[in-house]
Amino acid sequence: MRARAIRDSANGLTRASTPAPLKPTAVPLLNVQDLRTHFHTRNGIYRAVDGVSFSVERGETLGIVGESGSGKSVTCYSIMGLIPQPPGRIVSGTALFDGIDLLNCSPRQARSIRGKRVSMIFQDPMTSLNPFLRVSEQIIEPLLIHENISRPDALERALTMLEAVGINDAAKRIHYYPHEFSGGMRQRVMIAMALITKPELLIADEPTTALDVTVQAQILELIGKMQRELGMAVIFITHDLGVVSGLCDRVQVMYAGRIVETADTRTLFKTPRHPYTRALQRSIPALQSKGAELYTIPGLPPDVSKNIPGCAFAPRCEFATDLCTAANPELVAIDATHAQACLRVQANETLACS
Amino acid sequence: MSEPILQLNDVKTHFPITRGFLVKRHIGTVKAVDGVNLTVRRGEVLGLVGESGCGKSTLARTILQLVPTTGGTVVLNGRNLATSSARELLAARRDLQMVFQDPYASLNPRMTVFATLAEPLLVHRVCAPADVAARVAELMRLVGLAPRFMQKYPHEFSGGQRQRIAIARALALEPKVIVADEPVSALDVSIQAQILNLLAQLTKKMNLTLIFIAHDLSVVKHISDRVAVMYLGKIVELGLAADVIERPRHPYTRALVSAIPTPNPDTERTRQRIVLAGDPPSPINPPAGCAFHPRCAYAQAQCKLAAPPLVDDGPTREVACVRLADLP
Ligand SMILES: Nc1ncnc2c1ncn2[C@@H]1O[C@H](COP(=O)(O)OP(=O)(O)OP(=O)(O)O)[C@@H](O)[C@H]1O
Ligand SMILES: Nc1ncnc2c1ncn2[C@@H]1O[C@H](COP(=O)(O)OP(=O)(O)OP(=O)(O)O)[C@@H](O)[C@H]1O
Ligand code: SF4
Ligand code: SF4
Ligand SMILES: [Mg+2]
Ligand SMILES: [Mg+2]
Repeated sequence: MRARAIRDSANGLTRASTPAPLKPTAVPLLNVQDLRTHFHTRNGIYRAVDGVSFSVERGETLGIVGESGSGKSVTCYSIMGLIPQPPGRIVSGTALFDGIDLLNCSPRQARSIRGKRVSMIFQDPMTSLNPFLRVSEQIIEPLLIHENISRPDALERALTMLEAVGINDAAKRIHYYPHEFSGGMRQRVMIAMALITKPELLIADEPTTALDVTVQAQILELIGKMQRELGMAVIFITHDLGVVSGLCDRVQVMYAGRIVETADTRTLFKTPRHPYTRALQRSIPALQSKGAELYTIPGLPPDVSKNIPGCAFAPRCEFATDLCTAANPELVAIDATHAQACLRVQANETLACS
Repeated sequence: MSEPILQLNDVKTHFPITRGFLVKRHIGTVKAVDGVNLTVRRGEVLGLVGESGCGKSTLARTILQLVPTTGGTVVLNGRNLATSSARELLAARRDLQMVFQDPYASLNPRMTVFATLAEPLLVHRVCAPADVAARVAELMRLVGLAPRFMQKYPHEFSGGQRQRIAIARALALEPKVIVADEPVSALDVSIQAQILNLLAQLTKKMNLTLIFIAHDLSVVKHISDRVAVMYLGKIVELGLAADVIERPRHPYTRALVSAIPTPNPDTERTRQRIVLAGDPPSPINPPAGCAFHPRCAYAQAQCKLAAPPLVDDGPTREVACVRLADLP
């Protein structure tokens, strides 16, 4: 029966059982509350993620954007149980996936979810592929672990998946070693590895940065198709705001280990409220004239090993006043889908750009 | 116009594909770079774009002689690097630096940022040992990293921070030419803008020549004077940046440009894309004639006969397509 179901899904994309419902359910698929992940280093305690809460519905696409080093990857590694401990420590928080707390459950429960029902595409393809193992072995590994499947069947599925991510000559190339692929092909191998178990939640950490725009479009289309057919939810981390605007239902913006704004995609692009989001948007090269000096946010990111009083963006914010360092900003809802953490916006002040 | 600093003549880089543990069998050849001609002038920024796997990184590595050339010449400042000795190459390295696509793999995990940036300064004796720390701090600030991170190791940084270390290292020797392989794709837009401003400034102030490989065409358009579009180991279109990206001529460039995502949720969801039929071609077994013909909407029988050479299309553009005159 099992083998049958797999053969039925020969195109690799249809699940034999009925697809999960797409409409939001009362209980989100993933619910992260007050996640704090700190690194204890020689130079002090690094608060990489410091009080992050969010949720993802079934079938939904959540974009995470924000400053480089703001904790986007660490948030996802924490959920995947991939924080090296030490120096890392998950200081507080819960991450309920379908009712099971991934941060505090038994190792057996975690193994049955991670890599199967939740999978991740990593930012650095070369560090997560084993250079000494043929790509074929690495792709079928999750299938052999999580599914009762024979080697030939697993290889067959791997081939189909490689073709789906646009690797030409897949039958030959599946036996290559990672260094024999181009940067973009390695990234696609990783994408194939993450999608092969047909996860309910895909965490994609800059999955298309090494891909040209046509292949990127093809991968986004493939992810979209799996969402429609399997009801897969996606957390998509990227710096490409063009991709965000085409793909994501909702976006959250991170700065210095916290979420500073979250909204549905259209609202975030049309009426961003937090000064950091607005500055980020002003920096997009596509929206500025050629050759001119590009707008950049002045100053350097804050030192998160120090205790930052008040708003972490204050030293770089053109609207900062004494109010901003007096209180700790919290995410406050503006309406049902929009929340942001600027104290002055919360005080109903209008902040006009210089 | 300034003088040429780098000239590539019919450059070819092929990789043999072998299998078998004890007895190596040759099972094919990947023609990653297959006949590239290109002249880059001093102070110029040349953008290099193209499909994933078309040979951009291989071309970059060939320019730096990190892979042996199969054929052709790479001439830097009048010297053919393809036939230079190891010592001559080391000297040339001072003028020619590369920022690699995968910063994690190119940084030594056991070296702190300080050690990484100090090494080239000491090896090439560009500053007195007493000044090294100050110069390292200056380099870090240049790429937007706080000098307080000096004693950290690569794994303690985020992806974008590592990329900036790699850029700082390339800048350390104040080279004449930098080949940057996707230097900003891992950075957030503000830091990306900062690095682009920095590179633009260096090209103006220090007459730095830059070969800039990227997938983000709005970035390429912004920074480049000219753009070269590669497809399967060959350049298929070459011209002024704004021309190529706003008014592409080669059918492949047209498809590429139509796929650029725009940061506007309304237009992005309704935008018309030219979806390329068929799969990216195999570099082991490339299609005969114009390698793009299996996926080209304008392909005819004549396209399968011979690989079209780059020919002039007006004074500032070259395009490799036999049907150029018939294209709309
Ligand atoms: N193993 C570690 N030891 C110490 N610090 C770490 C470690 N891993 C990450 N960090 C720190 O945690 C912070 C958050 O890193 P993270 O990788 O989540 O950033 P990011 O938002 O994904 O950035 P990018 O967009 O550049 O990938 C960074 O400042 C980084 O220096
Ligand atoms: N060491 C190698 N051995 C065999 N084949 C290789 C090797 N390095 C690269 N190739 C092949 O050469 C071709 C060109 O690779 P290259 O890395 O230059 O592409 P690229 O244009 O940089 O792509 P990307 O945008 O994905 O980084 C690919 O088909 C790749 O598989
Ligand atoms: S709270 Fe103050 S410093 Fe922070 S973003 Fe708002 S105005 Fe700027
Ligand atoms: S030569 Fe023919 S196949 Fe190639 S791009 Fe031109 S029209 Fe298309
Ligand atoms: Mg990251
Ligand atoms: Mg490359």
